[in-house]
Amino acid sequence: MLKKSNLILVTLGITLMAFVPNCKKGAATATLASDAASRVYVAPGEKDEVYAFLSGGFSGQMSVYGIPSARLFKIIPVFSVFPENGYGFDEETKDMLKTTHGYVPWDDSHHVEASMTDGKQDGRWMFLNANNTPRLARIDLKSFETKEILEIPNTAGNHASPFATENTEYLMAATRFSVPVPQASVAIDSFSKGGFKGTVTMVKVDKNTGRLSIELQVLVPGFNYDLSHCGKKKSHDWCFFSSYNSEQAHKMLEVGASKKDKDFILAFNWVRAKECKDQGKAYNFGGEYVNNFHDENKPAVSTKLSGVKMLNPKDCPGMMYYMPTPKSPHGTDVDSTGEYIVGGGKLASVIPVHSFSKMMEVKDKKEHHSTEIEGIPVLKYESTLAGEVQKPCLGPLHTEFDGQGYAYTSCFVSSEVVKWKLGTWEVVQHLPAYYSVGHLSIVGGSSSEPYGKYLIAMNKITKDRYLPVGMELPQSAQLYDISSGKAELLSDFPTVGEPHYSQMIPAKLLMDKTAKLFPLEENKHPYATKNENDAKIVRLGSTVHIYMTAIRSHFKPDIIEARTGETLYFHVTNLEQDYDIPHGFAIGGAPNMTNLLIMPGETRTFKWVAPKPGVYPFYCTDFCSALHQEMQQYIRVSP
Amino acid sequence: MKTLLFQTLSKRNRLLILGVGLVLILVYLIPIWSISISAPQYPEGLGMQIWINKITGATPYDLKNINLLNHYIGMQEIVSESIPELLFMPYVLAYLIFGAFITELYPKVGMAILGIINLVIVGLVGLSDFWRWEYNYGHNLNPEAPIIVEGMAYQPPLLGCKEMLNITACSYPSYGGMILGLSLVVLVYILWDENRRKKSNVV
Repeated sequence: MLKKSNLILVTLGITLMAFVPNCKKGAATATLASDAASRVYVAPGEKDEVYAFLSGGFSGQMSVYGIPSARLFKIIPVFSVFPENGYGFDEETKDMLKTTHGYVPWDDSHHVEASMTDGKQDGRWMFLNANNTPRLARIDLKSFETKEILEIPNTAGNHASPFATENTEYLMAATRFSVPVPQASVAIDSFSKGGFKGTVTMVKVDKNTGRLSIELQVLVPGFNYDLSHCGKKKSHDWCFFSSYNSEQAHKMLEVGASKKDKDFILAFNWVRAKECKDQGKAYNFGGEYVNNFHDENKPAVSTKLSGVKMLNPKDCPGMMYYMPTPKSPHGTDVDSTGEYIVGGGKLASVIPVHSFSKMMEVKDKKEHHSTEIEGIPVLKYESTLAGEVQKPCLGPLHTEFDGQGYAYTSCFVSSEVVKWKLGTWEVVQHLPAYYSVGHLSIVGGSSSEPYGKYLIAMNKITKDRYLPVGMELPQSAQLYDISSGKAELLSDFPTVGEPHYSQMIPAKLLMDKTAKLFPLEENKHPYATKNENDAKIVRLGSTVHIYMTAIRSHFKPDIIEARTGETLYFHVTNLEQDYDIPHGFAIGGAPNMTNLLIMPGETRTFKWVAPKPGVYPFYCTDFCSALHQEMQQYIRVSP
Repeated sequence: MKTLLFQTLSKRNRLLILGVGLVLILVYLIPIWSISISAPQYPEGLGMQIWINKITGATPYDLKNINLLNHYIGMQEIVSESIPELLFMPYVLAYLIFGAFITELYPKVGMAILGIINLVIVGLVGLSDFWRWEYNYGHNLNPEAPIIVEGMAYQPPLLGCKEMLNITACSYPSYGGMILGLSLVVLVYILWDENRRKKSNVV
């Protein structure tokens, strides 16, 4: 038995231990010491302050969270099929995933970009890239649905995409993997002999409709173009792309692409590029690609397109410059004023910051050029340098800005976010991240008017953070409050897929504009049935069109007769005109279709080939009313 | 009494009656009565408005959603076409307005009294008809309805609020109804004023 006095000593010792600074539990202690829980608590019925749109990485989707609560609201299917609501399966949306390679029902989505007007978020659209099969999507922020997907030809690995210019005039999309352009079977080692090329694509966004089209491609040296951000205000005309593997190594890149002390940030004057195109300096170039457009309440239309205008940098002087940036830069971010271009050299021991004004001053002076690569002048490192943040961390990647003169850079290797001051280049705070942070995002942080308050770090690894769930653990995001002088960790939360990058938008910009339903009278679907009395079955040989209606709590027609081998199209119109009353539609054992979720006033089509004789039930899958369980019927299939 | 009936209206009272006639025209353009419904699954509420010639939802979709709710308990669908009163009500209103204008040509106190009688009759008949209409909808239920609660009727209140199952229904005059009520008040005031004028003339 311990004596009472000993017991007191032991207790005291344990209490003291809790206050001993401990690297691993540092953040947990900080959280305990603060009122973080109350600052992320959003009471039942209360609304969050911010929408966070997170890309889903290898899930190919985009997810919507509320900040600060970190509650998951929705997964928006973009590049991957979504059995939950039939996206990519039904007759209306299956063409959204068409490419020149055929139907590609998956992708790897990295970067979310918000549409902007005058450099400020305007709440109209979100854009998302598909890295694997180069594509770019537009998501409408009224319906939170994918409206358009554009394939990018003559490229491989659409990674530096889709980064918007200040008024969303264009989205930039650049090659991650340089390849033979046009594609051809060439020896891989011709890469180092200049046989591989990269492209930078300018995708035009129609100001009113948001429709996407390819304006121009620029053929650039065969490096790996990694990320991009476009200028603001005085740097409005420019976009900046980081590049690695300027060594043009083609095997063991881990070593081969890390040899040179400096790679580049490519400065691209897109206004000049358009000018050269208009002067006829671009030439017709091949390249097949597909544009898929899903108009409201109509089947998606997939259009095959062919050929682009291609421009060589040497034919358009003043369009492109390389700014040397230490070692293998990953991120390239432009601060809110448009003056500073921050490089994230993932193997570098400094964070280099280029000055836009300096670049403008020296770009056409020969004495500031060190060399030229395929018609693109290489500026001297010191000539454009505004400053370097010395020894910030290990593996600096991405930087966002709070609009108060501070920058936040994520550091992958040392798992932290560093806060530093623009102009003095001093590190003012180290924030631990759990673990291996990639991108980070501040509300409005990539626009010219950050809203500041919150920062999320998006981490790749969550070892020891949550209950273990087998070998693959969830990825996570961490939320920091950056509104006061000292940033504080508030919470962390597991995410869907890999939360690669995000855009956060103040809720007030979106919440009142959200669509509640499709007005039935505006439903232009060719197979819409707007009145229950018009429900019917039309037979055309072995094809059967069922014009079906769904309303609480029945389908009409409700008894269907078919013969084995017939193709049945169930065109289901949801007659409801009430917010949040979708109806579902599923058929037992249907092999090629999943489920439909049909929004109020919407028509969607379930294709079904009548199998062997029998009676097959179909039913509503979205709990719609007290009589939802009764919302079911049968299809009889006869020989 | 007879002298009062044929007493010529004062200039001010004639103008007031002209005003009543003009304001009554507004009743064609705004709802007379409104019924609002709230339930847990309708936190934003549903509303129904009765106009001189039609029944509408407070939003373009409310009437449809009220009917959807009602079908569970076997209530008939509420559609303007099934209420014949709405066909002749515009003419009754026209008669009242016409009366106000005729009074300008024949400005006697008797006309104001006639107006009061007309408005009271329209009000009483209207309200009793409205009650009868509510009674029929609330009691005349489909015996095959999915939800049948023994002894339950769903007659909305004539005036005020009432709870039915999980729904609270409130019924109040809308702007048009208020105008009709105000017209009556103005006419009664004119009658009182003319009566007072007559007495002072006699003295």
